Amino acid sequence: MGKLRPGRIAPMLAAALLAASVAACGGGSDEPAASGQPAEKIKLTVGLFSDFHFAPLYEEFKKTHPNVEIVERRAQFNDHHKNLTTQLATGAGAADVVAVEAGYIATFTPLADKFYDLGQYGLGKRQADYLDWKWSQGLSPDGKLLGLGTDIGGTAMCYRTDLFKAAGLPTNRDEVSKLWPTWEDYAKVGQQFMAAKVKNAKWFDGPGENFRAMVDQAPVGFYDEQNNLVAGTNPDVKKAWDLSVQMLQADESAKLAAFSPPWNTGLTKGSFATIVCPSWKTGSIKDAAPTTAGKWDVAAVPGGGGGNQGGTHLMAPKQGKHPKEAAELIDLLTSKDNQLKLFTDAGALPSIPALYDDPAITGFTNPFFNDAPTGKIFTDAAKALKPQHVGPKAGDVLTAFGNALQRIEQGKQQPDASWQQALQDLDRIK
Amino acid sequence: MATRAPDRPTAVPRHRSERFGRQLAYRLDVKASPYAYVMPFLLVFCAFGLFPLVYTAWVSLHDWTLLSDVHKFVGLDNFAFLLGDDYFWNATFNTVSIGLVSTVPQLLLAIWLAHLLNRPLRAQTLFRVTLLLPNVTSVVAVVVIFSQLFGRDYGLINWVLSWFGVGAIDWNAGTASSHVAISTMIMWRWTGYNALIFLAAMQAVPRDLYEAATIDGASGFTQLRKITIPMIKPTIVFVVITSTIGAMQVVAEPLLFGTYSPTGGPDRQYQTLSLFIYENFAKLDFGYASAISWMMFVFIVIAAGVNYLLTRRSGGNLT
Repeated sequence: MGKLRPGRIAPMLAAALLAASVAACGGGSDEPAASGQPAEKIKLTVGLFSDFHFAPLYEEFKKTHPNVEIVERRAQFNDHHKNLTTQLATGAGAADVVAVEAGYIATFTPLADKFYDLGQYGLGKRQADYLDWKWSQGLSPDGKLLGLGTDIGGTAMCYRTDLFKAAGLPTNRDEVSKLWPTWEDYAKVGQQFMAAKVKNAKWFDGPGENFRAMVDQAPVGFYDEQNNLVAGTNPDVKKAWDLSVQMLQADESAKLAAFSPPWNTGLTKGSFATIVCPSWKTGSIKDAAPTTAGKWDVAAVPGGGGGNQGGTHLMAPKQGKHPKEAAELIDLLTSKDNQLKLFTDAGALPSIPALYDDPAITGFTNPFFNDAPTGKIFTDAAKALKPQHVGPKAGDVLTAFGNALQRIEQGKQQPDASWQQALQDLDRIK
Repeated sequence: MATRAPDRPTAVPRHRSERFGRQLAYRLDVKASPYAYVMPFLLVFCAFGLFPLVYTAWVSLHDWTLLSDVHKFVGLDNFAFLLGDDYFWNATFNTVSIGLVSTVPQLLLAIWLAHLLNRPLRAQTLFRVTLLLPNVTSVVAVVVIFSQLFGRDYGLINWVLSWFGVGAIDWNAGTASSHVAISTMIMWRWTGYNALIFLAAMQAVPRDLYEAATIDGASGFTQLRKITIPMIKPTIVFVVITSTIGAMQVVAEPLLFGTYSPTGGPDRQYQTLSLFIYENFAKLDFGYASAISWMMFVFIVIAAGVNYLLTRRSGGNLT
């Protein structure tokens, strides 16, 4: 190895400095790495919290973008959103396209500096497609377009025809819908069902989902429009609480926490006769209890519809290096044609109202649910839907009330004490 | 402890300066090189042990939320709130309770298993490997399967109990029952591991002690009590310390047993300290979560201190 002479060091240092400064400029600017050239290989990651049945759509995207490779990552629902929070805070690790569910969307839309403004990539034109409220959920407070909606959670009530028959209740879905115009009626029919003593079967799975459905139907839920937490003082919340407690005391609950392994077993074994069914849940039931095909049917939800439960937005975190491709992928995944496909594949109810009168949807029947016209049922629910403002920590509030109802259910607390503890838990939510 | 290098015969130096230089090199070699050898460990420890410890202490003095850029200094407010927080003491109680219910039977069982294996057996290696198998199983798989076993409606354990006329137990709902269920999962994973450590210690016990005892007519159980246990006491103390620290850190079992509910059941009936930390980290309340972490550190230091005193006391009795 030759020795470095002082005369040679200076130009080398200069070159190194120059290279470093060029690299620094490249890394520091917000300009994405040149992505227009077709030859460049690009990898896009998509972060989801369950199987969205996106796989065929990725193939479609690759036809127009042969240079793009798409990798899907899935995590459990709560973990997915918490991971996303840490990834945004630490500035590394987030996927190029992320799914954010309705319970969390208001947590992320204020962080306009952490997500790409999809309006800059030409997605503003999609506004005409969308339900107004779904569109505005994806906007930052200053009006930047951070997320595009996939589905919404128009709600119905799924029920087991075999258990209804055993209890002497009607099984035809129109007659069943007439049994419960209100939630009070639903509770009463529950008492009737329990009186029939169908072996090993209760009226519903657990109190949390019913409580959530009732709150979702109210004009104001846990938060007011100014994001003040009003759950403790909102009479509609208390009313939903009281009715949930009443149903618990009538022993109508199978005491199964939604999406837990015992809940899956309960679905398969017929441990409960009814279950609140946002559109996407028809897919969950089918996935969790495939052997129960044909035993289910779908009726209208008590209280006259009007609630939205769940639904998702797709967003593009600024950590991603390829915002143009990410935006194009989001555009494709949420396009009108593909929302139609996802409804028939996965039960995801479109957020594009033009589809609600599309014969392919209105005429759709679901063989798993006894050929129920789920297309018509859920689009009717979507048309009746009155959107509610979702606050930033709605998920934590729901957990506090869900735990409170379970404490009563497990006989650990009296309803009043449990309500008081729930209010104390709300005080701790920052 | 620094060990002193043996004195080396030094050659007669030609010049004063050379002598001085050699002396310096010699002294550096003796005094400094041991530090150089342990330096890699120290650096790693500083990066992954000391720095997080100090930084956590710093965070715990702030109102620190992950997504906000403003971190307000609040002094010891987090700790003051912590000491008055029922949920914190509830988590402390659960940690101690699950720790005792899992560790005590676990160690007794481990000693017994090791005793059984500490004799000439056919297929000895097979048995020993089998002992370690539960430990290499993924904790998630263990908890998912045990949660099914402890199911209220269709669980195997309730089904077996029903033969004896015991009504269905809602394992998840009760405080005592959930602690038993979680402790069972911990025991299943760690008993075999500890048994192997005991077995290794037992093999170092001189055979002639047992031969003499057998000639004197001592039964197997008496031999275990009077010979084996006193002889492996230092190992027992070691296993007790590691198990105690492990018990303070239980988190995956209760989290998964409650189907990802960070509150550890609706009534926090099985929320451990680590899970309580996780709950507050997940709420992005890093200031408070750091304060809990530091209190837990204090608890572990106390537990280790008590163990240390016990070790010193029993040290004199070792034969």
